[in-house]
Amino acid sequence: MSAADTTIAVRDPYHVGHAGESRARGHGGGGPASRRVVVGYGFWLFLLSDIVIFSCLFAAYAVLAGATADGPSSKQIYDLNRVAWETGCLLASSFFCGMASIAVARRSQILTQVTLLITGLLGVAFILLEISEFAALHAKGDGPTRSAFLTGFFTLVGCHGLHVTVGLLWLGTMMAQLFAKGFRADIRRRFLCFTMFWHFLDIIWVAIFSLVYLVGTKL
Amino acid sequence: MSAEHEYLEEDGDVGGASDEHVAKFSTYLIGLGLAVLLTVGSFWIVNTGVIYGPGIPVALATLAVAQMGIHLVFFLHLTTAPDNTNNALALAFGLLIVGLVVFGSVWIMWHLNTNLMAAGHPMGPGS
Repeated sequence: MSAADTTIAVRDPYHVGHAGESRARGHGGGGPASRRVVVGYGFWLFLLSDIVIFSCLFAAYAVLAGATADGPSSKQIYDLNRVAWETGCLLASSFFCGMASIAVARRSQILTQVTLLITGLLGVAFILLEISEFAALHAKGDGPTRSAFLTGFFTLVGCHGLHVTVGLLWLGTMMAQLFAKGFRADIRRRFLCFTMFWHFLDIIWVAIFSLVYLVGTKL
Repeated sequence: MSAEHEYLEEDGDVGGASDEHVAKFSTYLIGLGLAVLLTVGSFWIVNTGVIYGPGIPVALATLAVAQMGIHLVFFLHLTTAPDNTNNALALAFGLLIVGLVVFGSVWIMWHLNTNLMAAGHPMGPGS
């Protein structure tokens, strides 16, 4: 470390660029940000726009939650046992997705495939639980056409379920690509985006199980 | 490496250091522990009478926001490090939009409901 570097390290320990000649990348001084950082940023912007879409669905649900049109209310149709299992599946799935990113960083093919398989199976379990809930409601005649409340409910929760389904397809694709193409830099960037997507789905679910299901049983 | 294979280049090739910051196992474990704690707390609050009834939605919203924060920090590794300042700023903007959409919709629709209630509903003077 040269004397100049030491000075910068003292005046600007977190490389935020306040010491004049910062060596942080992506801020001018240290050169452009790495491809991995740029790709992650772009995908983060996509996820945020998806969050904005979900916020519209949340707003619609919140406005319509009381419009039951003499149909069932949220208190009557929510089954907290099933919701608890769904929550557990998705949280564990998110955790194993994190384990998979550690496995990829260690370049361990077998660990990567195993952790991704567990991630996927937990995601499938979540989807099956959700389908059984929707099917039971539909069988009782309480489908999305029954009331404005049920329309909002099916749209919001169904949209999340659709995201998880698409995520599962992506997960299968990533397992195949990591297996066939190995830990190439571009494949690892793709995998980074997948892990972000999967964790993001769990964040949306936190809002759904708290603000839709748990609050719904108390209204 | 030729130009058409540029996409295969290792990241962080300038200076040779890799930009692949890997979170440790313990980070994920702490995140999982905190998330489980907050989830169990949410379900527990609903099933007990510890909190005054009308305050339960507020408590649940608080726990949900806390858990989303845990997920952002421990699973998505959102920090305020230099690589992440742009991500944090984008998140702040996203939260602004989400707040406007959700609170704005609920606020406006609630007022419309109370002020434009159909005849026959006893909703006080003026309706």
